[in-house]
Amino acid sequence: MNAIPKTATASVGLQAQSPWRRVAVEFTRSPSAMLGLVVLMIIILVAALAPWIVVQNPYDLMQLNVMDARMAPGSPNMDTGYTYWLGTDGQGRDLVSAIIYGLRISLWVGIGSALIAAVIGTLLGLASAYAGGWVDALLMRFVDLLLSFPVILMALMILAWLGKGVGNVMLTLVLLEWAYYARTARGQALTESRREYVDAARGQGIGPWRIVIGHILPNCLPPLIVIGALQIARAITLEATLSFLGLGVPVTEPSLGLLIANGFQYMLSNEYWISLFPGLALLITIVAINLVGDRLRDVLNPRLQR
Amino acid sequence: MIGWALRRLTQSLLVILLMTLVVFIGLNAIGNPMDILVGEDLNQAERLQAIAHLGLDKPLWQQYLIFLKGALHGNLGQSFVYHEDAMRLILQRLPATFELAFSALFLAVVIGVPLGMFAGTWPDHPVSKLLMAGSIVGFSLPAFWVALMMIMLFSITLGWLPASGRGETREWLGVQWSWLTLDGLQHLLLPALNLALFKISLVLRLTRAGVREVLPQEFVKFARAKGLSPLRVMCMHVMRNTMIPVVTVLAMELGSTIAYAVVTESIFAWPGAGKLILDSINMLDRPVVVAYLMVVVVIFVVLNLIVDGLYYLLDPRVRVEASR
Repeated sequence: MNAIPKTATASVGLQAQSPWRRVAVEFTRSPSAMLGLVVLMIIILVAALAPWIVVQNPYDLMQLNVMDARMAPGSPNMDTGYTYWLGTDGQGRDLVSAIIYGLRISLWVGIGSALIAAVIGTLLGLASAYAGGWVDALLMRFVDLLLSFPVILMALMILAWLGKGVGNVMLTLVLLEWAYYARTARGQALTESRREYVDAARGQGIGPWRIVIGHILPNCLPPLIVIGALQIARAITLEATLSFLGLGVPVTEPSLGLLIANGFQYMLSNEYWISLFPGLALLITIVAINLVGDRLRDVLNPRLQR
Repeated sequence: MIGWALRRLTQSLLVILLMTLVVFIGLNAIGNPMDILVGEDLNQAERLQAIAHLGLDKPLWQQYLIFLKGALHGNLGQSFVYHEDAMRLILQRLPATFELAFSALFLAVVIGVPLGMFAGTWPDHPVSKLLMAGSIVGFSLPAFWVALMMIMLFSITLGWLPASGRGETREWLGVQWSWLTLDGLQHLLLPALNLALFKISLVLRLTRAGVREVLPQEFVKFARAKGLSPLRVMCMHVMRNTMIPVVTVLAMELGSTIAYAVVTESIFAWPGAGKLILDSINMLDRPVVVAYLMVVVVIFVVLNLIVDGLYYLLDPRVRVEASR
């Protein structure tokens, strides 16, 4: 009995704050999500500051020494004396440097494509909801069609058509991802457009596009943010998979997936580290994003709010 | 019912037709297969003869019509590389892919359902919490990397299981199968487990959610009150009501399992359709790529149709919506 008034006042206190602030407070209550967030922040920081952190530029062939290829973790560099803490790959790249640079590509491709897809998808979804009629029907049937095929299959098809390259991988991911945002934005916008505040705005004589962007869109954001977080993780995995299959980034600038693929051939001679460590980096990144995304889904879901 | 079925069938055929167009036009934009297939040492006349022989000199729309006409007869052209009927090449490789995909789904059910039942019955048990955390990792793990780690651990370090190929096969119904021999089963285990990993997490979560939803309901209490043993209540009453979503999701997952087999097959050198398609993309073997995509699209559309039909029969709400 004692606990009830306490939680009641707590929730009243939270209600008085801005909704984003409440979400932030709720978010911090989950230790695993906070851990994910901290790890993610560190990864992003390391990736962003990569040129100032790593001992060599893994994409500069002049800095690589083939004599140092496939050295075990902890071996010293013959020229400068620094230690290869995680060993070297088949081209003599320091794996720590290669992983950090690979993370840069993975994060850039994942976050970049998710953001572009989010903008395009959300706008198309809002337009679809606003237009209604046959435009809406056509667009949504197309979305259904796109989403009913597995992404890996569509990605193989599109990349077979476009060819390799970081830009093409991003384009492929955008082409595959926008549909998720479009469907969600449309559904959310349709629900929101029946609310009273939209009637009120209309009554004030505000133009239709200003209502959509200024009034409806902000209320559609929570589910879109959740999808965005999970889509970034999916995009990073897909990029790694495609690069692993040899359809993603070029050989000279390996992302994590390609590093793993290159290590595959040496694994049979027990040189495990070339595939193991980039994979661990990939796994930690994806788990961190998923932990944050899962918590965001719980916090932003109106049905779960007390 | 007939009206609904006809409408769905027409939609499906339209989707297939649309996909033939997309696949065909899309793949025609890939490089020039002549550069790869015909050697440098040919003179101009021989080149033109080869182009005419492969039908690459006709306008695009005519190539498409020829392709469509062939497709209706199950003939999607000759492979540029293997000089064999593309469709037959795919169909020869498809049983191996199906074997892998169904084994993966089988493992997903056999492992995922009991674990999900446990986690659903005792949600606060530490093992349940561990299982839920494990399923997040299962969703996050990049499958191709896990495959490499499996090979490293079980094949190279421990030497328990083979890492490539199908092993010994035995003929059944005119097709070679791996699961009929012990050696084949050993070869099947690692790739199937790898492909099943994501599905296990999915089934675990679905079963857990289902059990948690069903357990507090009246009919479960009634069954218990009748004096039925807990095991019987679980297997007969709870399971029956939690399996519907699991079965539906797995039916829909079969398509994506076949698609993701591309990755697994290429790592474990499993001679299925997925490995063939990857090689064909790299060699610009257009007819094989087209044939594969068409086969998978048809499998997909048929699967969706079956799932929709099952929904229509099982869930009265869908019927109301469809008749509107």
